[in-house]
Formats: sequence, C-alpha cells, structure tokens
Amino acid sequence: MKSFGKYILFLGSLFVRRETFMTYYKLVFEECVQIGVRSVFLFVLVSTFMGAVTTVQTAYNMVSPLIPRFVISQVVREMTILELAPTIMAIIFAGKVGSSMAGGLGTMRITEQIDALEVMGINSASYLVLPKIIASLLMYPLLVIVAGVCALLGGYLVGTLTGVLTPTEYVQGIRFGFQEFGVSFALIKSFVFAFLISSISSFKGYYTHGGALEVGISSTQAVTSSVIAVLLADYFLAELLLS
Amino acid sequence: MIKINSISKSFRDKTVLNSISGEFDKGKCNLIIGASGTGKSVLLKCIVGLLPPDSGHVYYDLRNFTEADKEMKSEIRREIGMLFQGGALFDSKNVEENVMFPLDILTRMGDEEKRERVNFCLQRVGLENVNKKMPSEISGGMKKRVGIARAIVNNPNYLFCDEPNSGLDPQTSILIDELILEITHEFDITTVVVTHDMNSVMGIGEKIMFLYKGDKVWEGSNQNIASSGVQALDDFVFTNKVMKSLKET
Repeated sequence: MKSFGKYILFLGSLFVRRETFMTYYKLVFEECVQIGVRSVFLFVLVSTFMGAVTTVQTAYNMVSPLIPRFVISQVVREMTILELAPTIMAIIFAGKVGSSMAGGLGTMRITEQIDALEVMGINSASYLVLPKIIASLLMYPLLVIVAGVCALLGGYLVGTLTGVLTPTEYVQGIRFGFQEFGVSFALIKSFVFAFLISSISSFKGYYTHGGALEVGISSTQAVTSSVIAVLLADYFLAELLLS
Repeated sequence: MIKINSISKSFRDKTVLNSISGEFDKGKCNLIIGASGTGKSVLLKCIVGLLPPDSGHVYYDLRNFTEADKEMKSEIRREIGMLFQGGALFDSKNVEENVMFPLDILTRMGDEEKRERVNFCLQRVGLENVNKKMPSEISGGMKKRVGIARAIVNNPNYLFCDEPNSGLDPQTSILIDELILEITHEFDITTVVVTHDMNSVMGIGEKIMFLYKGDKVWEGSNQNIASSGVQALDDFVFTNKVMKSLKET
C-alpha cells in the first residue's frame, strides 16, 4: 500500500512545475521515435508469427467436417483483436520499452543526472517521465493496430500457402460476424496498458537507489509489476466492457 | 552569501549532521572538509535542497530556502550551478548540448546567442573542439570541465562542487581547483566545495569548515589550518609521514 501511495504521489508530481510546451513537444517526439518507431520491427515480427501459428493451431483443432473452414480465420480474427494484439503485445512492450525506461531512469538516478536536473530547478519527474507516458499513449495503440494487421496477414499467408484454407475462405472468415466494438475495445485496452506500463516502469526506475545491481533489479521489477498490472487491467476491462 | 543555521540530519537512528551553522562568503572559495562519512556531501545536499534537513534553515542572501514554497525554491535553484562528483553529464546529449541545456530550459536566448555562450564557457574551462563529442568519448578530467562549464553557463550566483577532484590525477586535480578558484573570483560568486583532498584544502581553501562525526569542529582558512590546535583536524591534515615531519619542522 505504501508503494501504491508513493506511485499516486509520483503521478501527481508529473503535473506540477512543468516546463514549456515546446520543451515537451521535442521530448515527446524523441520518445515517440524511441518507443514507437524502434519497436515496429519486433512488433511486426512477433505478430506475424503469432497470426501464422494461431491459424495453423486453430486448423489443427478443427477436425469436424461440419464446421466450415472459414471459421478458422474468424477465430484468428477474434483472438487477434481481443487478446493477442493488445494484451500479448503489451507484455512484449513491457519487456522491451518498460525495462528500457526503468534502466535508463535508474542509471540517471545513480549517476546523479536526476539530481543535476533538480538542482537546476527543473521538476525532473515531469521533465523525464511525462514525455515517456505521452509518447507511449500515442505510439502503443498504433503499434497494436500494426500488430493486428500483421497477425491477420501472417495467418492469411500461412493459411493459404499451406492449403489450410483458400484466400476466399480466409477473407470470408475475417468478415463474417465482424463487430466494430472489438476494435474499439482493443484500442481502449491499448491506452490503458500503455499508461500502466510506462508509468509503472518509470516509477520503478525513478526511485532506484544504489548502483548497477539495483538498476538491474529495478528493470526486472518494472517488467514484473507492469505485466501483473496489465493482466489485472485486462480482466477488469473485459468484465467492465464485454459482460 | 549563504548562511546555514543549525542544520541537523539523521537517517533512521544514525545522526549524520548535528546542528551545523556557518556562513559561506561571496567571492570566496568556501570548503567543507572532513574524512569520508562525516556528512560533507549530506550537508551539501541539504544546502542545495536535494535532501530536506530534519531541522535548521538555509538562507541564500537572506532568502529562507528551507521554508520557501516550490516556486521560490525553483527560482533560487535557477541561480545555482553545481558540479557533481561524477560530472552527471547527460549521456544522451553531446558536450555542447550538455552545456547548453540550462540555457535551453531556463532562458529565452536565441540559438546563436546560446552557442556563443556555450563556446565561451567551454573555452573558459580550457576545452575546444569537443562540442560534438559524447560524454562517453571524453576523459574524467574533461567531464569535470564540461560539468563546470554547464554549472557556470547560466551565470549562477552560487556554485557548488561535490568532490571535484575525485578520480583525477594530482596534476589535473590542481588544474580543476585553480579553475574553480579563478571562476569564483572572476564572476564574484559564492562557491562551496566539498572535498577531502589536502591539495585542494591548501590550494583554494579561502574559508574552510571542518566536519568531524557530524559536528562542525573548526572553521578557518588554509593560512591557519596547520595551527588549529584541534586534534581531529591535525589527524586529518597531517595524515602521512611527510606531512607529519613537515609539521614538526
């Protein structure tokens, strides 16, 4: 509870004594490149394979001749939009971006770079962390969209090339019974997850004390805590928005 | 001038500073000296506000920093330049960007004006043609110089240096000391240096505060440090045989 209280106070501190809009504009832009653009390759790679594997495994489990084959791509679509793209990618996002945030801030703390900002009269939490959170909120939903598209393309390629189903069947399954709210739900989740991962990881990194060993511990804690928060939030959002 | 009044600080049960009072004069190199673990760096952090003291007050030219609101503290801090033990240069920025950083954040100078000021400060600390180098590409002594350049770039009224000689060879240490002393006189600023380096004490200690086990036990200058009559200070100053024999002669 003490840590939770400290986390809430930390979030509050991001919005006091802020710098100029232009300062944040530049920092957010830099963070967008760091967080978003540099994660595209990993997201495309993982999601394409995820879509491919989901297609193959769904096909493997659909043995009844009574079930039309387009159901395979329908299942892939639902899994991708509802869970794989926003949630599984969030875990990858926590591992890549969250640990990097915690490690970077932790190193800045132990090498007195954060103290240097404070001595200059700058709100270091706001200056360093707010751009990371804003950039995550901007970039993660885009990454989720990219991941969703790549997963569906990966499924299409593997499904059609291996003869599991025809291109027409795949597209039919993708379109069959499609509900737009699924996409909205995925985007809502992506905003929540982006906030949780970036804020928790920054919090862990910002309050690092000690040396290199503690920076490593902070990075690990950042990923662990972020993943737990994402899974809890995933459950509550599903209860809240789908039931 | 900076005045500290009855500063005390404890960490759990351990008292690190015990009611320290004193003044740091403008235009002078004021040293806080003492053995490792006597609370020098903690006192410095209390003065600049990185650690809140348990009791006592810090005054910057009669402005009560300890009880100031956030806006006032921020305003005073913008008059402060600080050189950290490891330089504390921002890893992601090159030398020029590091020195320019306070100007970017705290002033409305134009790009050309900022670049001129940065080049002036880098030249002042004896660095040229290193503007585009990253902190990882320069030596420890150069990092300290860049740190000093960054500390003075915004024309501070107060300069703080936390162990400016740590990790440097004796020759570079003396150069850094001389640079700090010159800058103090040239810009007429209040400089506070935390050190346990005896060369610094003898070279630039215009006003010295000696801490021992969290207490201030002596105050004076490098002119009278050898004749203080304080046993703890004598033990600190005349540590090795050469210094002891010098004292005896």
